[in-house]
Amino acid sequence: MALPAVAIYSFLYLYPAISNLLYSTQRWDGVTKAQFVGLHNFKYLATSDDLFHKIVANNFRFSFVVVILQTLFSLMFAIFLLKNTKANIFLRTLFFFPTILSSVSVGLIWTFLYNPNFGFINASLKAIGLHKLALNWLSDGRYSLYSIAIAQIWFHTGQMIVIYLAGLQQIPAELYEAADVDGATRWQQFRNITWPMALPTTAVVVAYTTIQTFRAFDLVYAMTQGGPMNSSDLIVTSIYNMAFGAYKFGYASAESVVLVVVVLVITWIQRRTLRVDYGSK
Amino acid sequence: MFYNVSRRVLLAIFAIAVIVPSSIVVLGTFKKDIEIYTKPLAFPKHWSLTNFYNLIHQGNVFVPFKNSLIVAFFSVFFTLLIASMAAFAISRMITVTGKVLFLLFSLGLAIPGQVNIIPIYLLFVKLHLTNSLIGLILVNIAITLPISIFILTTFFRDLPKEMFEVAGIDGAGLFRTYRSIALPLSRPAMGATGIFLFVICWNDLLYPLMLITQSDKKTLPLTLIDFRGEYATSYSMLFTAIMVASVPMVLMYIFMQKSFVAGLTAGAVKG
Repeated sequence: MALPAVAIYSFLYLYPAISNLLYSTQRWDGVTKAQFVGLHNFKYLATSDDLFHKIVANNFRFSFVVVILQTLFSLMFAIFLLKNTKANIFLRTLFFFPTILSSVSVGLIWTFLYNPNFGFINASLKAIGLHKLALNWLSDGRYSLYSIAIAQIWFHTGQMIVIYLAGLQQIPAELYEAADVDGATRWQQFRNITWPMALPTTAVVVAYTTIQTFRAFDLVYAMTQGGPMNSSDLIVTSIYNMAFGAYKFGYASAESVVLVVVVLVITWIQRRTLRVDYGSK
Repeated sequence: MFYNVSRRVLLAIFAIAVIVPSSIVVLGTFKKDIEIYTKPLAFPKHWSLTNFYNLIHQGNVFVPFKNSLIVAFFSVFFTLLIASMAAFAISRMITVTGKVLFLLFSLGLAIPGQVNIIPIYLLFVKLHLTNSLIGLILVNIAITLPISIFILTTFFRDLPKEMFEVAGIDGAGLFRTYRSIALPLSRPAMGATGIFLFVICWNDLLYPLMLITQSDKKTLPLTLIDFRGEYATSYSMLFTAIMVASVPMVLMYIFMQKSFVAGLTAGAVKG
């Protein structure tokens, strides 16, 4: 009964993944005959490709900002909305709303908001006299990556709030009652009850968000296509451009092998540290 | 006191951050471009359906809508069918095979599906599956199989074993047990997983972007991207297209909110 699944999965998932490894050892434009170059692609990626180094650094920066802020916001809002009051349930529904939009829609809506001339953000900033803060959000290489990060956070915080709510609702209410009796402040309750008890959930949220940011493609493609000057290029957008823009299929495959390695290493590190953290509490 | 004030302020800020862009889009569908640029949040001077009319008239949204619907529906249907059969078999196998299979599919969770874009593209060129909705459906099934099998296997494992043992004693084979007992019991899990898969397939950009170039085979995300180039300044048309593209999701969210949220979060937690 598992046969159809095994067949499709082997043919369209495992086999491509393996042939990807093979392609990564070739120089190939997709038309002429592929040329075996051994580990040359990887050597070049590691030592000489400054652009790729910049893109990997971009991706790490993007991930760092999104993981920290999105986790912080979703934990905070989950704590705010923990009680099942009518207002809270309404707000949970509202905050989840961006999640149901498609990533392309989100990207294009934010492109409008960020427009330097008539976009809503700059218009509002100018209206309250903050002309200096009205930046070229997407067309200035200093801000483009972070502007996309904000859109990404807007997009997915609601989903993470729901995950946190499920985790926080598992915490026994007696703990807080006992803390109240002992006169613990809100901050002390957070530090000594909520945070340690929610750590497993935090581990899930952080792991998921990290992977999501290393897979990110849609928002960048819709908003800046990696520009200006590759300032918002991420690993997957760069793989796509390398293959379908520059027709360097072998080299692009090598980049995607690097992506797998990066994702696996980060997942492994996170599993270890977050588990150790949890065990020691 | 300080806590309550800051709580309210922060909640209000996030609520505004969600409501304002959504309102701009919804109101924008009834406006002319110039009104969107000058007064994005004001009610339209004249509520007009011209944008919708133009969009339908030009005919470049109906076809992608239909394509997206076909691709999403068949991808979800076949993934659920194939994944639930595999998941049930794996959960009933106490032998090594079950564990090996489970590990094999878990491997797919570790490798992001985006990594396969190049080999899939080259393979599909060979098989003449580019510019084909069937090609997109196959890719979707392959990409979503690991996560679906993972979610459904955990679900089947949690069902009481006795039920299946009794069925076995009564002479029901593995497939009969799956069809008559496991499937009816798994309706909520399948529903939630199905919605999760539908969202993924409906919104996917990367694979259609490289596999589809013919305009009559394009899906909605591709069409939306085209709007950006084609109508560089026409946000009224773009917003109307976004609105049309979001309708199925919004309807599903309104009418199946519980399964919707459960599906999207299960996908995140298990993935």
